[in-house]
Amino acid sequence: MNLFDYLRPASVSDAIAAWQPGAAYLGGGTNLVDLMKTGALQPGKVIDIARLPGLDRIESLPDGGTRIGALVKNSVLAGDPDFAAAFPMIAEALASGASGQLRNAATLGGNLMQRTRCVYFQDPHSACNRRESGNGCGALGGDTQNHAVLGWNDACIATNPSDLCVPLAALDAVVETQGPNGRRDIAFADFHRLPGDTPERETALEPGELILAVRLSSNAAASYQNSRYLKLRERTSFAFALVSAAAALQLKDGRITEARLAIGGVAAKPWRVPAAEALMLGQPPDTDLFRRAAAVALEDATPSGNNGYKIDLARRIAARSLALAAAGTPTRMPALPASVFGESAHV
Amino acid sequence: MSYTISLTVNGDRRDVTFEDARVTLLDLLRERLALPGTKKGCDRGQCGACTVLVDGRRINSCLTLAVTLDGADVTTIEGLARGDVLHPVQASFVEHDGFQCGYCTPGQIMSAVGLIAEGDVGTDPERIREGMSGNLCRCAAYHGITEAVLDAARRMTDDKTRKSA
Ligand SMILES: Cc1cc2nc3c(=O)[nH]c(=O)nc-3n(C[C@H](O)[C@H](O)[C@H](O)COP(=O)(O)OP(=O)(O)OC[C@H]3O[C@@H](n4cnc5c(N)ncnc54)[C@H](O)[C@@H]3O)c2cc1C
Ligand code: SF4
Ligand code: FES
Ligand code: FES
Repeated sequence: MNLFDYLRPASVSDAIAAWQPGAAYLGGGTNLVDLMKTGALQPGKVIDIARLPGLDRIESLPDGGTRIGALVKNSVLAGDPDFAAAFPMIAEALASGASGQLRNAATLGGNLMQRTRCVYFQDPHSACNRRESGNGCGALGGDTQNHAVLGWNDACIATNPSDLCVPLAALDAVVETQGPNGRRDIAFADFHRLPGDTPERETALEPGELILAVRLSSNAAASYQNSRYLKLRERTSFAFALVSAAAALQLKDGRITEARLAIGGVAAKPWRVPAAEALMLGQPPDTDLFRRAAAVALEDATPSGNNGYKIDLARRIAARSLALAAAGTPTRMPALPASVFGESAHV
Repeated sequence: MSYTISLTVNGDRRDVTFEDARVTLLDLLRERLALPGTKKGCDRGQCGACTVLVDGRRINSCLTLAVTLDGADVTTIEGLARGDVLHPVQASFVEHDGFQCGYCTPGQIMSAVGLIAEGDVGTDPERIREGMSGNLCRCAAYHGITEAVLDAARRMTDDKTRKSA
């Protein structure tokens, strides 16, 4: 680990004022400290935001929405009974991520900002355009089995590893931030970026900008009875997603009146395809319909290496999550969250 | 720059000064506070050997910078027993053969104490296995570990019901 200055400012404005190029905000540290150990990140200044006041609350808003402070721990959010009742697939995604220990430390803001699990990114001796633009991509032609099949280019083929971000994308969350230029709202669809010409910029945040909270609208909670997050991984627990899907439906008189589908593990951001959602509207829920929607969602997929298997897997997990959403949200968190094994895994 | 913090470890107040901020809680415990019961496996959050309780909640001490813990209350494996009387989770691990070489055991036990306190798993073996998945065991003593946690969870719930009755 490199040497760094550590400071713990007392307020959000002090934290932002303390930021300078090369500084890093510290939440739970489960990603930042890990990457400082490998040497992939070498901040000269670590600004501890974990105790900033007022950012650890889950609030109901006057307009029926919900606001989650950036410092709410992943385990606290997943375990909040009112939150889990309103947004069961977010709770399930959180509960399926990392381990009990890590979820107790990890914050909402840190989860949104966690870096890719691309091993070439984590290894400071490999070339990586995300660590340093123009450096080249060590993953291309290398070990690519967990890399992207959508939205990638030769500059970067990494995926976003977060489970939480998949349902947040499906539910059109809004990210509230404050930075040197004041406060703003960022639509979730614009939060994570595809590599394009600037692979080193993973999110829409400007330098020094801090996440304050994530907001969900009352409409996002309207699908609470028919929503599911499913995740395929190399072992049933304590593993990142190979592919995952968040599906939420609103049904009226046996027909779909709203459909939301986001796919994880396939791109640098959770993948949503409006045409795939639109084709389900007005239709009765049906396995064949869900298969067609999943096929449209993956239409543009191409392997970036040794990862063609993901395309079929993603189609299947998307169709399955839609079918399980249509069958109804489980009344209790499944014993194996987001798993395709055990109870609550079959239609 | 040097940093001074004050924290409670197993009930004792400790004042610590660091020359630089790079020390993890795991290294602080093992190398400066003479508490080597907490183990280092991966040092990257992937194995759970370093699990301790901070303010009553289980975390990985290898990914926690010690300097962030001013005012915190830390419990390690050394702080569980009352004199010669083992904590119910410790006793249960002994009874059910919840280990082989023992290297992962302090982390397993601290994780189980945290898990039972979280109160979500009850006495469902599937939920216990899932809740303990952050603790790997190279000897694969998983069967005994699950039995131990299950039994300890049962005993601790019974005790609570008896006390409140
Ligand atoms: C072994 C292991 C397994 C894991 N498995 C999973 C998994 O299965 N699924 C999953 O989704 N995740 C998984 N994770 C990742 C974990 O979810 C993240 O490490 C965690 O959510 C990060 O949160 P944190 O508060 O610890 O962030 P930190 O490590 O403190 O910060 C991460 C990044 O976010 C920035 N940051 C933090 N807070 C803010 C803020 N408010 N505003 C702006 N920037 C901020 C930091 O500067 C840093 O760059 C795993 C991690 C480990 C170590
Ligand atoms: S895939 Fe992206 S993150 Fe991985 S080495 Fe290439 S540029 Fe870096
Ligand atoms: S040593 Fe901390 S999790 Fe492995
Ligand atoms: S008992 Fe040997 S590693 Fe678990």
